[in-house]
Amino acid sequence: MKKPSRLAAHLVQLGILVAVLGAWYWATLPGGINHLLLPPPIPVFEGFWVLFTADSIWPDLLVTVREWVTAVLLASVSGCTLGYLISRSGYAVRVFDPLLAGLYSIPAILLFPLYLLFFGLGPGSKIAIGTTIAFFPIVLNTIAGLAYVDKAYITAARSMGASDFQLFWSVMLPAAFPVVLTGLRIGCIVAFLSILGGETISSLAGLGHRIVSLAENMETSRMFSNILFAVLIAIVINVIVTFAEARGRRGMQ
Amino acid sequence: MSGAEAVIRVDSVSQAFGAEGDPRRVVALESASLDIARGELLCLIGPSGCGKSTLLNIIGGLASPTTGQVTIDGHVVRGPSPQKVAFVFQENTLFPWRTVIDNVKLGMAFQGVAKSERQERALQSLRAVGLADFCDHYPGQLSGGMKQRVQLARALGLKTEILLMDEPFAALDEQTRMVLGEDLSVLLAQTGKTIVFVTHSLAEAVFLADRVAVLTARPGRLKKLIHVEEGHPRKSNFMTSSKLNGLRNELYELLHEEIRKTMIERGEVREGA
Repeated sequence: MKKPSRLAAHLVQLGILVAVLGAWYWATLPGGINHLLLPPPIPVFEGFWVLFTADSIWPDLLVTVREWVTAVLLASVSGCTLGYLISRSGYAVRVFDPLLAGLYSIPAILLFPLYLLFFGLGPGSKIAIGTTIAFFPIVLNTIAGLAYVDKAYITAARSMGASDFQLFWSVMLPAAFPVVLTGLRIGCIVAFLSILGGETISSLAGLGHRIVSLAENMETSRMFSNILFAVLIAIVINVIVTFAEARGRRGMQ
Repeated sequence: MSGAEAVIRVDSVSQAFGAEGDPRRVVALESASLDIARGELLCLIGPSGCGKSTLLNIIGGLASPTTGQVTIDGHVVRGPSPQKVAFVFQENTLFPWRTVIDNVKLGMAFQGVAKSERQERALQSLRAVGLADFCDHYPGQLSGGMKQRVQLARALGLKTEILLMDEPFAALDEQTRMVLGEDLSVLLAQTGKTIVFVTHSLAEAVFLADRVAVLTARPGRLKKLIHVEEGHPRKSNFMTSSKLNGLRNELYELLHEEIRKTMIERGEVREGA
């Protein structure tokens, strides 16, 4: 029973995709929407291939990916370290957990103009905004994972003579691991989204920069090709981190 | 058990939660004294909240008493003593990210057993509880009864002289706990350990114990000690014997008024009902 229903779900998904493409094509037929506002699909897909040849996208992709990797590393190291330190004391958890959760709800993108002043138009300001936004889910999940490990596990380990290090390494860490991993996955994704957002606001290079300068030149068809590419990169990142999370969970089981 | 040396001495132990004078202060245990002989199986029974588990945790060094002290082999208990005392808990405390055998081995690692010895010893104790075929399963793949047997295997693997069991079968259905009780009686008769076993079940207490210590409603005091003169291991026909039933009824009489007292205090039944 399971297999056909899963196949059916995929077929419906595919159907929706085809319907969207069909609607797009139909809307751009003669007498439809102005091609300056919505370019027809076929030139967009043709332009997509040009991205890898004449209209080389690689330098800009490299800029964005570098910013992303740096931001993710900074946010992971700072978020996990701070989360670990806070989780060491119940008092610190009571003070900082609500504080950080409150800060998380503030739209951090509002800091971007400030970061532009601090770090300039180059990659610095993008790394800063990506790090800021990715930091919160990582630190909050690290606290949630480590501070709320089932007390029964800790009592049992203590009764068998576990040292502080053994307790952390063999009990706390594996118990918290899935929750921390979820934080890291969310951090990876929001870092990418906010870096792209930052690049479209103000930048010198990167995927977002290309898209916004094409829009300013009214080259909507090429702009759409670039958007398509950015979407694909976002999907690839999502697939990779989701896969890594599943792998990590299995490895710790 | 008179004449045998006492390995565990509980000396007027009291345990209160909350500061003195606080209206919410709860006295869980009040000057409980008890000697437990080497090789004895003692069951602690009493109404909910009478401090049975508290007493067990104090004996095992997981909690410290407000007043009084516990000594094991003449040494005052001030914290967990993993070389001497092993626990089997009511809730499942197996680590779900480790296989059955790795759970047993991890306990030994905590206790300080040499790495080369762990595999053989873990297999031995899993064989003793009849789960040698489930070494590579994860706890999540086992039934409740099997999980408790693995917890028992983990405790046995520590080769301690004393075993403290806190309602280990409480979460299981009656048929499973009957079978586990019989197996436990056989197993424990072989190991010769000193065991303190907390339970709610009157029949289970009589079936397993050399002595049953009945505690009063809160604050828990020792109300009576009942001797069960019956050799180990006990067979299933002991469960249906008139001797067991007589002792069980005696326990029921002792506990009945204590349980009613507890429930009136909690407002669960009315006085005189």
